[in-house]
Amino acid sequence: MSAGGQKDDVAIRIRGLVNGFGGSVIHDHIDLDVKRGEVLGVVGGSGTGKSVLLRSIVGLNHPLSGSIKVFGQETVGMQPEEMRGLQVRWGVLFQEGALFSSQTVAQNIQVPMRRWTHMSQSLMDELAAMKLSLVGLPADAAKKFPSELSGGMKKRAGLARALALDPELVFLDEPTAGLDPISAAQFDQLVRDLQRSLGLTVFMVTHDIDTLRATTDRIAVLVKKKIKVGTVKTLVNDTDPWIHEYFSGPRGHAALNS
Amino acid sequence: MVKNFQVTLPVENPAAVRLERRQNRAHVIFTGDWTISEVSHMDPELARLDMGDAREVEIDGSGIGAMDSAGGWLLLRTKREAESAGAKVTLTVPEKYQALLDTMERDHTAPPVTHPPHRGMVGLLERTGEGTMHVLRQGYDLLGFLGRVTIEAIEAILAPRRELPFPALVHQIEETGVTALPIVGLLAFLLGVVLAYQGADQLKRFGAQIYTIDFLGVGFLRELGGLVTAIIIAGRSGSAFTAQIGTMRVNEEIDAMQTIGLNIAEVLVLPRVIGLVIALPILTLFADIVGIIGGLVMTYFDLGITIPAFMRELKGAINVNTLMVGLIKAPVFAFVIALVGCFEGMRVERNAASVGKLTTRSVVESIFLIIAIDAAFSILFSVLGI
Repeated sequence: MSAGGQKDDVAIRIRGLVNGFGGSVIHDHIDLDVKRGEVLGVVGGSGTGKSVLLRSIVGLNHPLSGSIKVFGQETVGMQPEEMRGLQVRWGVLFQEGALFSSQTVAQNIQVPMRRWTHMSQSLMDELAAMKLSLVGLPADAAKKFPSELSGGMKKRAGLARALALDPELVFLDEPTAGLDPISAAQFDQLVRDLQRSLGLTVFMVTHDIDTLRATTDRIAVLVKKKIKVGTVKTLVNDTDPWIHEYFSGPRGHAALNS
Repeated sequence: MVKNFQVTLPVENPAAVRLERRQNRAHVIFTGDWTISEVSHMDPELARLDMGDAREVEIDGSGIGAMDSAGGWLLLRTKREAESAGAKVTLTVPEKYQALLDTMERDHTAPPVTHPPHRGMVGLLERTGEGTMHVLRQGYDLLGFLGRVTIEAIEAILAPRRELPFPALVHQIEETGVTALPIVGLLAFLLGVVLAYQGADQLKRFGAQIYTIDFLGVGFLRELGGLVTAIIIAGRSGSAFTAQIGTMRVNEEIDAMQTIGLNIAEVLVLPRVIGLVIALPILTLFADIVGIIGGLVMTYFDLGITIPAFMRELKGAINVNTLMVGLIKAPVFAFVIALVGCFEGMRVERNAASVGKLTTRSVVESIFLIIAIDAAFSILFSVLGI
């Protein structure tokens, strides 16, 4: 958990980040701080580079310029070997879960454990069962293959894998997309509960305004290649037309008044 | 697997546990950082703790510096084991970790996960049986698919309100035929070279080099040209059919077509089948010509046979029947390749791995069927005396 490095209360520090593909700029010198122990929601219209931002932080996308520091370590231009020190401290939940389809849910959860620790198989089996309970999956899901799971269960299993090494920082890419409202609300509650009990820092890309309201401490909005940070309350009164429409449109309004 | 262990999480205070016993009271003291990098070696250490017949167990984790859910589990497990041994247990942890432990205590009651067991000899028998049944069922289904396509094809041709999707047909002929010309031509040419060289080498010993041309002409036109072209196209187009239709299945495009009321066989299967049935004989003829040219080049350089002499000998060796015997098989091969390709594509399940698996299977099956059918033709021709 929060062993070492308590001096700095910023988990991710982004400065002057520029991303672009084939001549078109997606992020134009953006700055962003994610504090330790907070849930930060990232929103933005389609194509504003929410996922690109997430992928840049975890090293799957190489920015054109700028600096990204995770736990004080610069990740832009970092060698894969150096990245490993960070990889054990974060977990990533991809949009569709990205579970390894040839392995059972239990084996999926044990992949990071097997890679990074030398626990006995029996201990890994106990821990896998514990992670499944934490994310609210029934015990019999352990033996199933990803193709046998529903969308919501895949996301829970993906979250269990992301939490396998008890990371300090968790990245969630659209965790509630494609879930029914009840499952989505349960997932929101789950994220919030786990965040509190495990003391996680959560970086969450989402479209779901209910999720934003229910789980996030702060919200970063990607708009016009820049980023604006605030809370639900402050962003409602923002002057930018997209942000205004997002939070005050019929859906946003309903979610905020509920 | 790469043994690159070493979780680089810094551990400030190594975890430790110690047991103090006073008659039937046990006092288990946990100290240090109980995090995931420590649990692997603390697990066996905990297993060595012997609480004997202690009636009261006090688990004291108040000296713990840091704890995560893996470490929390070891504390919780120690507590549960003592409880199931009949002891009265108290558990204390630092205030900030109480919530985590409470959540785990409340939510986690399941036993450790289990894995499907490895199957031994019985498993081998079981899989052999499963495999046999699978092959039989596969053949049965393929036959069913053939029937369905045949009926729909007849309907599509007869029913006046429908018309064959001609743009799709032309597109298929281009995809499977025209774009395959370079690779088919190159391979046929090389095969002609190889065949002429080998034939010349052997026949030289009898002073019958000139018969290399007969051997080349008959062998290529009757058998090799058609067989090689069909095998290339099975690998090239049969696999493409399976992958295209399979990907459409994964994307639910096939389902969408069905709900709109489109006839799958008509829209997807027929253009491919008819397109390939037209394209493959033309490709085969092309391969025959290029293959002979390859042989001509080789005999010219190796045996010094001039082009007019080559032509004269070739004319004596082959006739139209020789060519037709080879060409007549091409539409049958084409039909089999397209049918198997589409059939396997329709069987793809809704996951990415399935596309790859069935694409491989489609190629293997069509090549198998091509060679089997070729053998059947050989028997037929020998009975008919052609």
